Amino acid sequence: MTRHASPPLEIRGAALRRGGRELWSGLDLTVEPGELIAVLGPSGSGKTTLLRAILGLEDLSEGTVEVDGKRVARAGNRGIGYLPQTRPLPRDTALRGRDLVALGVNGHRFGPPIPRRRDRERVDELIAAIGATDFADRPVGILSGGEQQRLRVGQALADDPRLLLCDEPLTSLDLANQQAVVGLIDRHRRSGAAVLLVTHDINPLLGKVDRILYIANGRFTLGAPKDVLTSEVLTDLYGAPVFVLEAGDRLVVVGAPDAEASHHHHEDHA
Amino acid sequence: MNWDDIANAMFGGVPVYGQILALVQNSVWAGAILGLVGGLIGVFVLQRDMAFAVHGISELSFAGAAAALLIGADVVTGSIVGSMVAAALIGWLGSRARDRNSIIGVLMPFGLGLGILFLALYNGRSANRFSLLTGQIVSVQSDQLTWLIAISAVVLVALLLIWRPLRFDSLDPQSAAARGVPTGLISLAFMLLLGLAVAVAVHIIGALLVLALLVTPAAAAARIAHGPVAVPLLAALFGVVSAVGGILLAVAGTLPVSPYITTISFVIYLVCRVVGDRRGRVERTDAAHRTQPVASVRA
Repeated sequence: MTRHASPPLEIRGAALRRGGRELWSGLDLTVEPGELIAVLGPSGSGKTTLLRAILGLEDLSEGTVEVDGKRVARAGNRGIGYLPQTRPLPRDTALRGRDLVALGVNGHRFGPPIPRRRDRERVDELIAAIGATDFADRPVGILSGGEQQRLRVGQALADDPRLLLCDEPLTSLDLANQQAVVGLIDRHRRSGAAVLLVTHDINPLLGKVDRILYIANGRFTLGAPKDVLTSEVLTDLYGAPVFVLEAGDRLVVVGAPDAEASHHHHEDHA
Repeated sequence: MNWDDIANAMFGGVPVYGQILALVQNSVWAGAILGLVGGLIGVFVLQRDMAFAVHGISELSFAGAAAALLIGADVVTGSIVGSMVAAALIGWLGSRARDRNSIIGVLMPFGLGLGILFLALYNGRSANRFSLLTGQIVSVQSDQLTWLIAISAVVLVALLLIWRPLRFDSLDPQSAAARGVPTGLISLAFMLLLGLAVAVAVHIIGALLVLALLVTPAAAAARIAHGPVAVPLLAALFGVVSAVGGILLAVAGTLPVSPYITTISFVIYLVCRVVGDRRGRVERTDAAHRTQPVASVRA
């Protein structure tokens, strides 16, 4: 991975406006290889849109995004691994676990769907890497949410991406599966990839995350977890009293207003 | 009607079956390739949750065919025009599933009403009238049959060429878009192919019964298989067996083809459902046994 001179992700002067409302502006973010950045903030603060803009699926209102030193120009990028926010697949989905992984390997390819040995070997590698050998041949519909999410990680890693974008990858997973999915993401980051991960709960990632991008109230704060997750910083960001409490080795954020309520304060604090 | 009449209607042609078969040979071919295409495209119809759209397209296809009959134009062309209009409207106005269903619900009765109006105005051979609604492949003229076979072949080839991106887009549209699959184009292409397949099916099985060849075989296959190769292959096989079997049984008597096709395809579905449910119970029990110990160790 040392052959790459440019950072996996570089965002400059980015702004996002939707429906006449400014969600954020002046965002500069450079993500280095091996770095894990968590994106936090209330719903409706444009976190998912940020990920989609990096993928070229949505346009920023201002600013530029470079992935691997190349300006994002077209929709979709196979150099980026993406875990979209999803619901579990319906029970009767005609798909086995390994087929979900295989979509990442050859799902984009036009032409007659003739099976290739190289594809099958890659799928087997990915399945082994995510520890899914036991359930890869079962229908995905009967697999648990955690098993499905691990398979999706396998799909996202198909091309060994230098940048991994995850949108709420831990939602509705139990603790063991949260740890398993975080472990897979962390391992890929250790191999030299950058990770940008949208989440509403930082706790499963504490100790792994390098920096936090906290978006709220039309503004954002970027920094190390201990510098961002404090009562002072979040109170300033939200423009309302917010408390960060320590409960054992967990953090609890109390009093953060939701996106709509905070909007009214926007003009006063922006 | 007594039993002799029924027996005659069903099996009256058996003594001269060989001669009948020679006459309907092209119909059998048309049925076979539509069964194949219908089974394959049905897999995507189910993945994209578009069974209702198939029905909506078929009613407008019927209206198009009826209009063609009225003005003396080619009926196959008419049904294709109707199909394309419906597919384009549904694709354009109903990208989201909920919008789509209401648009189809609005279009369908309008299409069916138009078709009935055109048929009422039409003075020609009355046998043509209801064949568009309930199908009568054996009365389709041979040059039209050639067209139906050619269109089905085009749909088959196009479907195979976009197979994997279409599958990705159907199962996981967000990831597909993120990996550069042109999802808008894929959806449009699929609607057009679906429209063509429906137009062909209207002539073979009738506008009201199109689902029996475009949905039932794939639904049956999905009950007993899960693999990316097994499901389409089984669906295609079920489609061919239903269409060809229906035609071969029907020409032994004087009854229409469609009830044979719909019955065969329904029976296949029933069998698959029973087999699938039985197997599903076993797998779920396995899964329960498998996950329990892991959970308790970690908890």
